[in-house]
Amino acid sequence: MSHLRVDLRQRAEELVALYPRPRSAMLPLLHLAQEQDGYVSPEGIAEVAELTGTTTADVRGTAAFYDMFHLEPVGKYVVGVCTNIACLLAGGLELLDHASSTLGCAVGSTSDDGLFTLEETECLADCNFAPCVQVNHRFVRTTTPETFDALVSELRDGRRDHDIPTHGTLLRVRRAGGLHAPKNEIAQQREEAKVARDKRAEEKK
Amino acid sequence: MATLEAPRIVTARIDYDDSYTMARFLATGGYEGLRKALTMFPEDVALEVDEASLLGRGGAGFPAGRKWSMLRRAPVSYLVVNGDESEPATFKDHLLLERDPNGIIEGIIISAYALQVSQVFFFVRGEFALGLERVQQAVNDAYEHGALGSKIFGSNFSLDIVVHPGAGAYICGDETALLEALEGKRGFPRIKPPFFPAVNGLYGEPTVVNNVETMANIPWIVLNGGEAFAALGAGRSKGTRLFALAGRVKNPGVFEVEMVKNTFRDLIYDPALGGGLLDGHTIKAFIPGGVSAPWFGPDMLDTPLGQDEVGEKGSMLGSGSVVVFDDTTCVVRASWRITKFFAKESCGQCTPCREGSGWIERIMYRMENGGGRMEDLELLLDLCDNIAPGGGWPPQQTTICPLGPSIPSSVTGAISMFRDEFIQHVHKGGCPFD
Repeated sequence: MSHLRVDLRQRAEELVALYPRPRSAMLPLLHLAQEQDGYVSPEGIAEVAELTGTTTADVRGTAAFYDMFHLEPVGKYVVGVCTNIACLLAGGLELLDHASSTLGCAVGSTSDDGLFTLEETECLADCNFAPCVQVNHRFVRTTTPETFDALVSELRDGRRDHDIPTHGTLLRVRRAGGLHAPKNEIAQQREEAKVARDKRAEEKK
Repeated sequence: MATLEAPRIVTARIDYDDSYTMARFLATGGYEGLRKALTMFPEDVALEVDEASLLGRGGAGFPAGRKWSMLRRAPVSYLVVNGDESEPATFKDHLLLERDPNGIIEGIIISAYALQVSQVFFFVRGEFALGLERVQQAVNDAYEHGALGSKIFGSNFSLDIVVHPGAGAYICGDETALLEALEGKRGFPRIKPPFFPAVNGLYGEPTVVNNVETMANIPWIVLNGGEAFAALGAGRSKGTRLFALAGRVKNPGVFEVEMVKNTFRDLIYDPALGGGLLDGHTIKAFIPGGVSAPWFGPDMLDTPLGQDEVGEKGSMLGSGSVVVFDDTTCVVRASWRITKFFAKESCGQCTPCREGSGWIERIMYRMENGGGRMEDLELLLDLCDNIAPGGGWPPQQTTICPLGPSIPSSVTGAISMFRDEFIQHVHKGGCPFD
């Protein structure tokens, strides 16, 4: 019995099949597991290990390296405020302080109602809208305390769920199509191209 | 006044609201470069790029054509595209990924054809949720359109592109760390030599790794010829380039300008570009090419925007990000925050970087917050000297990847340019700007 939902399990198997080696699917699979559980759970880790042919220690060790994977449960909305150089110059630290008081949680922690987790992030590459704020990795472009508070009340009312889905960045990223040709046919194409190219190089001489 | 006559090569269609759709892409010359490339021999396509003298747009500025030609003798197994943009204040690739994903994909297909690769991995930074959606949509549309998959546009060339999401690690911008992440491991940069993925790449096979903006230039080069591209710019810096302008300016944003023909002054002050500093303020210093680059003072404003031109003055054009400080900017706080970034993003493999970054960050923090001591200045410089001995530029390498030796540039730069301000912090017992 797999821990991943049937549809996600199917997507997971599709992802593994895309790579020459199953372990390469590690990051996308961790994203999927996190999308289902809200964080990278022990059960999710076990399933990713099974799918990638690695151990749970391997998976946990890899997941721990990357900022986007949460190994502990987090709020429904993960709010990231950037304080890196461009945002610092635009008042990022002040906005982070303000966010902390609006959300009622310290930086790096989750609000009592389990709705928000506040993070101080590194540069999110949206510096013309500094200080930069992301909610569940969607750019919300609320650069002032007032617009930030307006966003928070919309989130509380569930009015932004259409453009800020809960967790996960792969939720709406679905691959369609692919290279549907036998491997030997591709190899033959490349071989033919190589022979033709060598012949041209020979003629040039 | 800035010279703005050059054609827009990579941002030609981004002003349209629907610039990211296949319909707009096709209506604005989409896939014309690819169709032309497929009528040429692969080696001739590579030759055009070589003639264009296109420098890689990731940060190191390595000639793209030479990267490709290293592999001409042996067949290439994989092309990997680096869309893991995370250098602080760099936001040009983010713009392209969201606004013109189809243009990038076209560049990738052409490049794969030139290299005769049948498998591409497109690594996109995990935090770009919308970018990932649009890139995958562009790939899906390309399959439907016959521009990807088996026998592209009826030719004898087949290609698959897999979009691979990152998961939040600055270090994965280093090409060898990116390959490790693609293999499903921690993003630890690989020990050199071998220096290039061309020798030992993905799964140990020959691999080319190129930046997103580099790819976006390819369709134009094929359509208009390498010579036309090389006619823009000057010296070793050809073509146009995206500059991400941030900090204390009126119009922060991404601007495509011809290289060398314009200066930092043009970029920052021209009304069509940065529009000058925020009202009533004067420039104090600026970072010319990402936070790894040594800072420049206002006396360097007339330096042309070219790789060698900036290099000669002791810094680098790097990732093309320019950050402007004004008279309200506390340089201690600014360099503290940059060091904090490096301390957080150090992967931890090498001692000078792992220990040095955290140590410097703690000293800077205490100085900014009232606990600074006069001897801290020398201690900071000594620490920097241990991370990159000699303090020259480019820095001496003491670590596996360039992250470590990038740490000192903002610290030594700030101290040498604004020593008084550090001393003020110590005397006042806190930040004079608070």
